[in-house]
Amino acid sequence: MVRTIIKTVDLTKTYKVGDVEVHALNAVNISIEEGDFVAIMGASGSGKSTLMNILGCLDSPTSGGYYLDGVDTNKLSKNEYSAIRNQKIGFVFQGFNLLHRTTALENVELPLMYDRSNRIKDPTRKSIESLERVGLRDRMYHEPNQMSGGQQQRVAIARALVNEPALILADEPTGNLDSKTSVEVFELFQELNNEGITVVLVTHERDFAYFAQRIIELKDGAIIRDYRIEASLNAKEELEKLKNTELSKV
Amino acid sequence: MKIKKILKAAIKSILKSRMRSLLTALGIIIGVAAVVVMVAIGDGAQQQVEQQIAALGTNMIIIFPGSSSSGGINRGAGSINRFTMDDVQKIKDGASLIQYVSPVIRSSAQIIGGAGNWSTQVLGVATNYLNIRDWPLSSGSFFTDRDVLSRAKVAVLGQTIVNNLFPNQDPVGQQIRIRNVPFRVIGVLAPKGQSAMGSDNDDVILAPSTTVLDRLVGGRYINYIQASAVSVDQINQAQAQLTTIMRQAHHIKAGDDNDFTVRNQADITAAATATSAVLTILLGSVAGVSLIVGGIGIMNIMLVSVTERTREIGIRLSIGARTSDILVQFLIEALVLSLAGGLIGILLSFGITYILNAYTSQAAYIKPEIVLLAFSFAGIIGVFFGFYPARKAANLNPIDALRYE
Repeated sequence: MVRTIIKTVDLTKTYKVGDVEVHALNAVNISIEEGDFVAIMGASGSGKSTLMNILGCLDSPTSGGYYLDGVDTNKLSKNEYSAIRNQKIGFVFQGFNLLHRTTALENVELPLMYDRSNRIKDPTRKSIESLERVGLRDRMYHEPNQMSGGQQQRVAIARALVNEPALILADEPTGNLDSKTSVEVFELFQELNNEGITVVLVTHERDFAYFAQRIIELKDGAIIRDYRIEASLNAKEELEKLKNTELSKV
Repeated sequence: MKIKKILKAAIKSILKSRMRSLLTALGIIIGVAAVVVMVAIGDGAQQQVEQQIAALGTNMIIIFPGSSSSGGINRGAGSINRFTMDDVQKIKDGASLIQYVSPVIRSSAQIIGGAGNWSTQVLGVATNYLNIRDWPLSSGSFFTDRDVLSRAKVAVLGQTIVNNLFPNQDPVGQQIRIRNVPFRVIGVLAPKGQSAMGSDNDDVILAPSTTVLDRLVGGRYINYIQASAVSVDQINQAQAQLTTIMRQAHHIKAGDDNDFTVRNQADITAAATATSAVLTILLGSVAGVSLIVGGIGIMNIMLVSVTERTREIGIRLSIGARTSDILVQFLIEALVLSLAGGLIGILLSFGITYILNAYTSQAAYIKPEIVLLAFSFAGIIGVFFGFYPARKAANLNPIDALRYE
């Protein structure tokens, strides 16, 4: 039987702006199985970031249930929430969210510092491996401001990977990157997904969404479309094409 | 999260913004240094006063014979009931709070010897007289119990006598004549300077009490008794004990007046010590205020730092830091900052007191407990003023913290 990583039941989030209630999410039901690669799409204000934050246990829903890997997150204490964020989820942000004046290695090591389960015996080695995985081993002593945007996002992905999470969530991971670097990042996500890691990401560019296997479209806090892509794009091939066009220009 | 790693992270984060950390710690540095130096000055002054009083013999008790008056004419001390060696013996036997007791037989005499002659005061005392007065010898030796028993004709000279009769030579072993009785000089007293009354302490010759009684004065009465209590703290009890013993010895009925007077110097000491203690408290509390102001500086910087680092807190929370992790992180940072400030402040105060002692007449004395107190106070201030900003940071919702710009 396939493991269900994400299951939401009538997930609702309401913000109060003055006296007006704004429904950011309205009874959203999603089920995502292990090993899937899902792109969530929607215009700004459609509630996709709110959904991501709830899925990432950074925010809690106003009503409805969220089961992460079979665990009812409504019943968790604050510390258990922290533990879930730490051990089950790797979150990648649009703005990278790396610590300033802190080396790539230390940034990647950070989640392990807060891991009370001590699953990983040698945090530094594990972090170096994680950086190697994203191709930045030679940059591990560089600080974020000494790296390009794409490199910073790779460090952030390495950080998300270091705790061996069941799920990688990415909120517009390529929003601050140029298209070539974006494709490179998607290549990395595809590789990780091929290794069996579940990836859920938000993007508002349809081109990038086709790197995923499934697209969920949101509008006004509700799902309007949820479909599988018959022919996903391969980021590696797209990169080859990009290189060739560049070469032909020269 | 292991404490060693938190500590490392805290120190790193402090070093990341050196200037800000230095300015923050400066408040604590100045506060701690001020407290330690001020209290050191107060204690130094107190010690100076205590030393001056100790030179008089703080635990010294003097018992004078009573006075009598008849027909309206008071005939002065010793006119009613003079002391004998029996009284001294009774005190020696009965007073447990008295460490040393010595009779004093005073006699004025003309001294001949060495370079000429000199008029001075001869005191017949017991062998422990120097212990009572806290008075060392500069050369030779003091007389012994055997000298007292045998009424030996030996004398110990004060510095003034030596200066006048034996300038530029060692008088020990020389002969002098006191009222034409030949005495052998066996020792010289260390100079003691002026007495509290302004007379010359060093213009004196000490000899065994028996010798003075039998060979110089003739008779059995002694002028007064000098004693020392076992400790300064117990001087009042010792005084009460002496009074009881003397009343019994003199068969004084309950209700009748004493025929003697007991005096000590503890009262003067207490007053002087109290004055300088008030000075210490005053200086210390003024300095304490500056320490608290330093603490508020820490709180201010920590608050700014929390606001400035809201995103960092959000990042840490989003990757699984607990509220307590963040709280501990900021508390440790505040603690490291204030303890480092405290340490530097203490080193600074050592420097200042060294300069004070070496180059000014102001004595400053650092008590170890004050250093400990100031240091732990700095730590407490760090925790106290670090707690509020730390809690504020730790309780942030991760998503709110991340959105903060």
